[in-house]
Amino acid sequence: MSGVGPVSAFYVLAVLSIGSALMVMAARSIIHAVLFLVLFFVSLAAMFVLLSADFVAVAQLLVYAGAIGVLVVFAILLTPSREQRGMETKFVGPGLLAGAVVAGTVIFIAFNTNWPTASNDFPSTVDAIGQALLNRWALPFEIASVLLIAAMIGAIVIVGGRGVDLDPGAAGPSARLVRRER
Amino acid sequence: MDDITRFLPELIVLVTAGLVVLVDLFVPDKRVLPWLTLLGLAVSAGWTVGLIVAGGQGRAFGDMLRVDAFSLFFLFLFQAVAAVVVLSAIDFVGQMPDRQGEFYALVLTVATGAMLLSGANDLIMIFISLELTSISQYALAGFMRDSRSSEAGLKYLLLGAVSTATLLYGMALLFGLTGTTALPGIATALHSASDNLRPAYLLAATLLAAGFGFKMAIFPFQMWVPDVYEGAPTPVSAYLSVASKAAAFAIVLRIFFEALGDSRISSEWANLFAVLAAISMTLGNVVAIQQRNIKRLFGYSSVAQAGNFLVGIAAVSASSGRFTIGASGVLFFVAAYAFTNLGAFLAIIAISDAIGSENIADYAGLGRRAPWLAAILAFCLVSLTGLPPTAGFFAKVYIFNAAIQAKFVWLVVIAVLNTLVSAVYYLGVLRVMYLGESKAEGRVRAGLPISFGMAVSALGVLVFGVAPGPLLTAAQKAADVFAVH
Repeated sequence: MSGVGPVSAFYVLAVLSIGSALMVMAARSIIHAVLFLVLFFVSLAAMFVLLSADFVAVAQLLVYAGAIGVLVVFAILLTPSREQRGMETKFVGPGLLAGAVVAGTVIFIAFNTNWPTASNDFPSTVDAIGQALLNRWALPFEIASVLLIAAMIGAIVIVGGRGVDLDPGAAGPSARLVRRER
Repeated sequence: MDDITRFLPELIVLVTAGLVVLVDLFVPDKRVLPWLTLLGLAVSAGWTVGLIVAGGQGRAFGDMLRVDAFSLFFLFLFQAVAAVVVLSAIDFVGQMPDRQGEFYALVLTVATGAMLLSGANDLIMIFISLELTSISQYALAGFMRDSRSSEAGLKYLLLGAVSTATLLYGMALLFGLTGTTALPGIATALHSASDNLRPAYLLAATLLAAGFGFKMAIFPFQMWVPDVYEGAPTPVSAYLSVASKAAAFAIVLRIFFEALGDSRISSEWANLFAVLAAISMTLGNVVAIQQRNIKRLFGYSSVAQAGNFLVGIAAVSASSGRFTIGASGVLFFVAAYAFTNLGAFLAIIAISDAIGSENIADYAGLGRRAPWLAAILAFCLVSLTGLPPTAGFFAKVYIFNAAIQAKFVWLVVIAVLNTLVSAVYYLGVLRVMYLGESKAEGRVRAGLPISFGMAVSALGVLVFGVAPGPLLTAAQKAADVFAVH
């Protein structure tokens, strides 16, 4: 990466992604935390564009910023008691310390290592990824589908048949209908 | 064609998992499901034998999967473990007629993932197979509809996600350093890497050890173990304590010995594992003494046993000249532990189902009420302690010998002291069963399938204890896969 444009873009994106990641943890409201998480996903996607990994960037936007973000928002809105109980913890101090030690080690090693760099530019990564998935990595690609099915079966087993806690007052016909459907 | 034949043991188990779900949909009599599951595992084991007879060792799907003595050793182990777990779960799952198919299907997907993991030769393959076992296990841990089981499932899932992230970070660093995800390629790159890259390699190795440490249930990633073992359905706890641990140790051996086994960094990670082994053993044993619940006791006991396995991994000193003696010790120990722990857990399932309690105090008088169950549990506890004539005895002798050859005398001293500490609580259960005053009366009986599973496990412990030769040869052959260094 060279030239004023890409380098300055890198630093802007780096500040944006680290800042939004920190805000995910610092935000008092859990909805704000999710919105910062989406912002983090978007800035990461922009970072992938900067690295000319176009396919990963689009996947990041679609899957994480789009689907996962919406999913998390829905999960929070549908959780019956979403007050901020349990958000205070006495592990903040030790957690920050441990995080600082890990981050310090990683930063120190990252700056003191002559990282090997990829030499060639990739015109389009979509072709290369498609080729790799269907040739060399065909087996992991197929097993990934098994993984998804197993996850689906697991989710159905855990959620299926378990009624959501409705308030005791809601015993009208619609509540009964909901219960029977579950 | 070779690709498919070498992949067939896993594929058969996978197809059986699909069949079980389908049969569950259309067949009203759910009692066929466990037998279909067992049939699938038996066919898979049969094909594995066929692979050995036909000399089918080699690579499959490019470099993704390897069929060698090491992976074959673990294929048999995982097939046997899954079969015994199915036998032990028949009564438990029978109480939930609407979800039987899902249970057996998830047991089979865990087995598939573990089998793939033992032969995986590429970081991406390793990651996908590990996730296949993990995600199926999260669902199994939260299988029951009570709050304990849900807590176990959720706790396992959340901590597992953090460990997965750590693992991926290590893998990404390794890929960044070497430019390849294939284990042999990583080994070559490490061998010719400049000294400037060594700290980064060590960081990657540490992150990998942390990620796998969660699955191996070693210090400092052991917090989830007692809660999950206690909350999960007992057959699932048995499965977790054996299959998950064995799979994690299999892949740790493969990655660290094959890809990171170069003497430039091996003594560093050996020291790391030695320290973790000492802490895991001591912590697991000391806390286990205070436990009142038998499943929590086995949770801490499994942390301590993982510490024993780690002694074997740490014994990879280049100076000993015998690179693989520690690895073969780990393999022997993992197999011995699998049979022992399964036998103990099956006895616990049968006893706890009958007396309706998991408190050790309520086991009083079982020596008279259930002589066979008590005898099998006692025998397995003796093996876990490491006394002759059981498989656990040879496992400990062998692994301590490896550590001494690698000049880890201090570690062996700690391990032997820990064996004494562990005798307190293992033999304490024995004392309660045989000398305690029973509050209730009446015989305690176990169902036929679970009794068969117990008999197989106990026989394994006895045979490997009296005649350890064949298993030892198999373990050495499997470990010799790494001898090229």
